[in-house]
Amino acid sequence: MAGLLQLLVSGLATGATYALVAIGFTLLWQTSQTINFAQGEFVMLPAFMVLAAMRFLDLSLWPALALGAVGSLLLLGAMFKKLLVDPLLRHGVLPLVIATIGLSILAKETVKNYYSGEAQRFPALISGDTIPMGGAVLSVQDLINLGVAVTAVVLLQLFLARTETGRRMQATAQNRTVAAILGINVERMILYTFLLNAALVCLAAYLITPVYLATYSIGEGLGLVAFTAAIVGGFNQVRGAIVGGFIVGIAENLTAVYVSTQYRTAVPLLLLVAIILFRPQGLLGRVEERTT
Amino acid sequence: MNGTRLWAYAAGIGVLAALIVLPQGLKPYGISLLSRWAVMAIAAVGLNLTLGYAGQISLAQAAFLGIGAYTTAILTTHGWPFWSALLLAGGLGFGIGWLLGYPALRVQHHYLAFVTLAFMTMAYLIFRNEAWLTGGVFGINRVPRPSLLGWPATKPLAYYYVCLGALAIVLAGSWWMIRSPWGRAFVALRENPRRAMSLGVDIRAYTLLAFAFGAALGCIAGVFFAPLVEFVDPSAFTLADSLGLLLMVVVGGSGYFFGPLLGAMVAVLLPEWLRMAQGLYLIYYAVFVMVLMVFCPSGILGLFDKILRSLSRSAPLAVRKEAQR
Amino acid sequence: MSAVLEVSDLRKSFGGITAVDGVSLSVAESEIVGVIGPNGSGKSTLFDCILGQLLPTAGTVRVDGREVTGMRPCDLNRLGVSRTFQMLQVFPQLSVRENLILAGQEHRGSMLRRLMGAGDAGLSGAAQRMIEFFRLQHLADEFAGELSYGQQKLLDVAMAFMSGPRLVLLDEPAGGVNLTMLATLRERLRDINREQRATFVVIEHNMDFVMSLCSRIIVLAQGRVICEGAPETVRADPQVIEAYLGH
Repeated sequence: MAGLLQLLVSGLATGATYALVAIGFTLLWQTSQTINFAQGEFVMLPAFMVLAAMRFLDLSLWPALALGAVGSLLLLGAMFKKLLVDPLLRHGVLPLVIATIGLSILAKETVKNYYSGEAQRFPALISGDTIPMGGAVLSVQDLINLGVAVTAVVLLQLFLARTETGRRMQATAQNRTVAAILGINVERMILYTFLLNAALVCLAAYLITPVYLATYSIGEGLGLVAFTAAIVGGFNQVRGAIVGGFIVGIAENLTAVYVSTQYRTAVPLLLLVAIILFRPQGLLGRVEERTT
Repeated sequence: MNGTRLWAYAAGIGVLAALIVLPQGLKPYGISLLSRWAVMAIAAVGLNLTLGYAGQISLAQAAFLGIGAYTTAILTTHGWPFWSALLLAGGLGFGIGWLLGYPALRVQHHYLAFVTLAFMTMAYLIFRNEAWLTGGVFGINRVPRPSLLGWPATKPLAYYYVCLGALAIVLAGSWWMIRSPWGRAFVALRENPRRAMSLGVDIRAYTLLAFAFGAALGCIAGVFFAPLVEFVDPSAFTLADSLGLLLMVVVGGSGYFFGPLLGAMVAVLLPEWLRMAQGLYLIYYAVFVMVLMVFCPSGILGLFDKILRSLSRSAPLAVRKEAQR
Repeated sequence: MSAVLEVSDLRKSFGGITAVDGVSLSVAESEIVGVIGPNGSGKSTLFDCILGQLLPTAGTVRVDGREVTGMRPCDLNRLGVSRTFQMLQVFPQLSVRENLILAGQEHRGSMLRRLMGAGDAGLSGAAQRMIEFFRLQHLADEFAGELSYGQQKLLDVAMAFMSGPRLVLLDEPAGGVNLTMLATLRERLRDINREQRATFVVIEHNMDFVMSLCSRIIVLAQGRVICEGAPETVRADPQVIEAYLGH
């Protein structure tokens, strides 16, 4: 029982961070039909921006974190949109997918060659203490991660539902044409979505990296998870991405312990296939109108 | 026969001659590189069928490559003849492709991509973990090269001609398919699925067939891959490798007949040409891919097509027409 | 004798909007029926529901007495139902001849036969006849994308007939076509109707065209049938006049 509680908490913590990455992914798809194959690398990059700022610019931790955040917004948000997404979108989904695959390779190789190919320690933002609770041992890091991520998600939901800008972004995501007719500045809303994604992946990076170490290859697994979480939850719903993230996080942790560590990465994907076969719109998604 | 066509045929014959004669002057490493190109081209031709003609993204082509390679490695190291591996692998590829595609396509048209992603991961994990079958991370060693009609193709040059021959047969087969009514259906499917449906073209069936054949070709490529490298291990069959194959098809020109050959050439030879760039060749490749996509999403052959069209109004779609019909 | 097409109480809603609100109609063999109505009256949605492009929210569609509601368009096509689209939908990269062969090839033989058999699926003759019927000989081997708008329209209609259908639904065939071509189109349609005993349902905005071609007109407004009858009757009906003027 204690073991289960432990697993649950760490699963939720992982899941919450997955949810952050998955939400951004879903938003990009919803507003601009962008399937970002480099989403995992987007989580890897902010961490390395911080490390690079600390090593090459001699900054201390907090200024480096701030620089990393700004860098993310600029590079992964605005520049990504302007340089890659805008020119490619009118050619359909595939060229953009290929370009983001290229981008993910570029990101990985740049970090590998210009920083290091080895795993790097990331300064811990939170102490490594543990709290005993009901016989289980819960790590403070996990609890704080969970707390921060959940807060972020809640704030995001409030932003999307309660603020003017948020509602406009939602409208753009649901139906661009109608949004444009209603006088919403669609281009700007899409830009905001990209900035929002950049902010979310940056936060996820700051939560995940202290725990898992910074490696250039950390993006591969993460991207896959984001993708899976988004689909499991329902590709056309932000709430779905949240639920999907949690489910994947917990399922992964449970599998690693109860089934086999070797097949740990298969679980989210098998979940994915099961969902596709039995509930293709995802757990929370809406059924898409038949097109064929 | 107009000027452009004449040039195209001349170029084609020139390339063919070069492919046959050139390797005789190369060192074994160069020959093995060309053999690798031929094998990857087979896999890319299969993926082009799925992606370029039926419009489906498959992320599992490397898994099929692996299935073909391991089938061959397992069978031939236990004394079974090469052609049995070829038949079994081809059948497995087609069958698995069908099994994967059938339910996925029933659901929604773009769900096949997700299913191939799941399959890719599962396949890799099985390659890596099920040591009783695949040797796990240690792989299977000393995969023998086949003998054709009593003549052993053990030497690099001899095996190169085997691979080239296989590629030629695969190209002939896919040429036949494209020339048949199937080819017309694929054009319709890709250009305007809604209209195609209203004309009786069963989108689901054609897409499924394209995917199944594409998978079979992936396996067949694997069958020739195993004896080429003589040592089969999971590291050649990862998601990154599937993505690499995808890039090959798109860079060459998705939907163009010779696109995959061009793309495979770029992907296999680029690291060699950029030897001076050391480990940075991947960065150059990635940048190249991104820039190519921004300026010409239809790949290198698409670029040729555009140039041809702008040069002479009277030869519109000359390359593409040749390529599709 | 059962109607070739029978629609019963068809309903289609998108969220809160009801595009088709309980439409029933019946078309007998060899009839040419027109469907008219102001913009937004649900004509195209009705077609999409009949042809399987959209799933109706309620109601049934029957062809030759057989229920086909929600059947996939390609299966429906193989039962003998064909259509043309409002927005031109020929295949620009294929020649006129190739377009026609494509339009007929899925009706012959099996998938396997199509792979292994002749490249033209044995349809060169039929395609040639269609080319001659629609007077497109001089364009037969041109890319369809190079044809003029009116010529592409003719091709579009020709493609719908390659499979020898029982029932053809034409979605605004006269849109954007010049007067001479219109006359040709009308002639050809009447000829086919006579020779093949094919049944037509035509959506149109061009009043002259539809009144001169169709024997019976159905008027839709706001997703419902408001009038039905011979062209003269419909033209004079006060409800119809109001539906048009009121927009």
